[in-house]
Amino acid sequence: MFDPLPWLILLPLTWATLAFVQGPGRGGRLAVAGLALQVALAATLAQQIVTGGERVLAVGGWGAPLGIDLAVDGLSMVMLVLTQGVALPLAFYARCYFAGHAGSQRYFWPLTGYLLAAMNALFLSADVFNIYVTLELLSLAAVGLVALPGGAGPVSAAMRYLLATLLGSAAYLLGVALLYGVYGSVSLPALASLVGADAPLAVSLAAALMLLGLMLKTALFPFHFWLPPAHGGAPAPVSALLSALVIKASFYLILRLWFDLFAPITSVLAAQLVGGLGAGAVLWGSLLALRQTQLKMLVAYSTVAQVGYLFLLLPLTTGTTAEVTASAWQGGVLQVVAHGLAKAAMFAAAGAMITATGRNEIAGIAGVATRLPLTLFSFALASVTIMGLPPSGGFAAKWLLLGAALASGQWWWIVVMVAGGLLSAAYVFKVLRQAFLPVDAATDFKVLPRMLEWPAFLLALASLLLGLTASELLHLLDAA
Amino acid sequence: MSAALLYALAGVALFVIGVAALILQAHLLRKILAFNVMGSGVFLVLVGFGQRSGVPDPVPQAMVLTGIVVALAATALALALARRLLDLNGEMRLPEEEIVRDRLDV
Repeated sequence: MFDPLPWLILLPLTWATLAFVQGPGRGGRLAVAGLALQVALAATLAQQIVTGGERVLAVGGWGAPLGIDLAVDGLSMVMLVLTQGVALPLAFYARCYFAGHAGSQRYFWPLTGYLLAAMNALFLSADVFNIYVTLELLSLAAVGLVALPGGAGPVSAAMRYLLATLLGSAAYLLGVALLYGVYGSVSLPALASLVGADAPLAVSLAAALMLLGLMLKTALFPFHFWLPPAHGGAPAPVSALLSALVIKASFYLILRLWFDLFAPITSVLAAQLVGGLGAGAVLWGSLLALRQTQLKMLVAYSTVAQVGYLFLLLPLTTGTTAEVTASAWQGGVLQVVAHGLAKAAMFAAAGAMITATGRNEIAGIAGVATRLPLTLFSFALASVTIMGLPPSGGFAAKWLLLGAALASGQWWWIVVMVAGGLLSAAYVFKVLRQAFLPVDAATDFKVLPRMLEWPAFLLALASLLLGLTASELLHLLDAA
Repeated sequence: MSAALLYALAGVALFVIGVAALILQAHLLRKILAFNVMGSGVFLVLVGFGQRSGVPDPVPQAMVLTGIVVALAATALALALARRLLDLNGEMRLPEEEIVRDRLDV
């Protein structure tokens, strides 16, 4: 029987290598074909998971502990579907975007392919060391993508990103070393059964190191310093990939570790502390977004703020009743998906506006409302999710989180979420207001090809419709 | 104290030295070296702490080999970026105030 599981890793590896062999700037058509197949594979696998429950594949017939196991459950399946689903429209967008910016696309396709292969491998890995390797592959490809334009700004942003991410993975690997020293295993299921409430101090230290390293990689406040220059300075398709998907990969790992591996030793105090950092991210990221003068920097700071919401999940699920935990868990995962779709749409729309006007500043987009109505509409639709207004996916996510905070009596998170929602409305309307001003005489509007506008619209529409089809997604999440 | 534990503690010390240097040193070459010191510290912990009753365990050794390959690739990328920054800015350090523009046609 045909098994789609390993092909989700092999297929992007193959097309990335072929694109590299074809030479600089080539391989867009291959990538689109490969990604279309990946979407089909992910859909097939999701179907199998819904009907048959979680799956484990011993690669080459070598099972754990000697071999490397691939495993997929509800959570990793949701992440796999999100990754392929966001990457395919972005590939169409990128082909069109780079046709107009020939210089900066040199190795975009091979790097994107390796990035996606690493990300799919990360979601499918079932041992902590293999996860370390996929994390590093992911970071190296992402750093390469940030450095693509080649100017002093992007290269120093890439360098800063590389150093931050290497520090994060080194801390993670030290945690893995401590875990192996105590239990003599790196397999996630084996470790999960060994870690108990009476685990030695070294295990708590390992947990702290691994989680801190991953928070640095997820750009949780106050470790967010590397994100805005890296995401705001990269070409628009790269920003979209990084903000929508790459930071979610390390957040997925935090969920895995917190809920599967270290569940017996997590404490309410630690959860409240992480939640406090999340609250800081929501407020500080939104305030800084409001102060930006460049369009893509505003969107990048909005990512810093939205990452904060993800971390509110931890205090709402630690030391609370089963009902509250279930609701918060669903809300957190919905927020991952909704933000992934909406942020990809926002960066794609911002890139289209910047291409049309030739200016990076927010002040330069005056008149976009009359000249690029579809792009502005996509940006506004995506903003509905970012602000958390009904009926968007962001609304469903924040509603579930708010409900969990109310039910568990943690009113302080409600204050943060409401304040964050208002602040995000403020920075979104700063952009929309400018777009409705009359066209600046100095601006020379270029006519955009359709493929630079439609992918953003489809992604934004998906983020909006997610609110109405959330139950399908939650069904998949609970399949395991 | 067994020799294995001594290795592990030395590894932790190296890791801490590496982290401190990575954050405190401004020169990029020193930062890259600091990352390598940090990596060696982790590998020492992996091999030293991973021993069972004094007998070397082959699994962490295989992991260290993989880790060395990863660290080599990361170092190569970091050096290439640092070299590029030297060409662009004339010095091997990160600019203090980040000026990022979305360059359309670089």
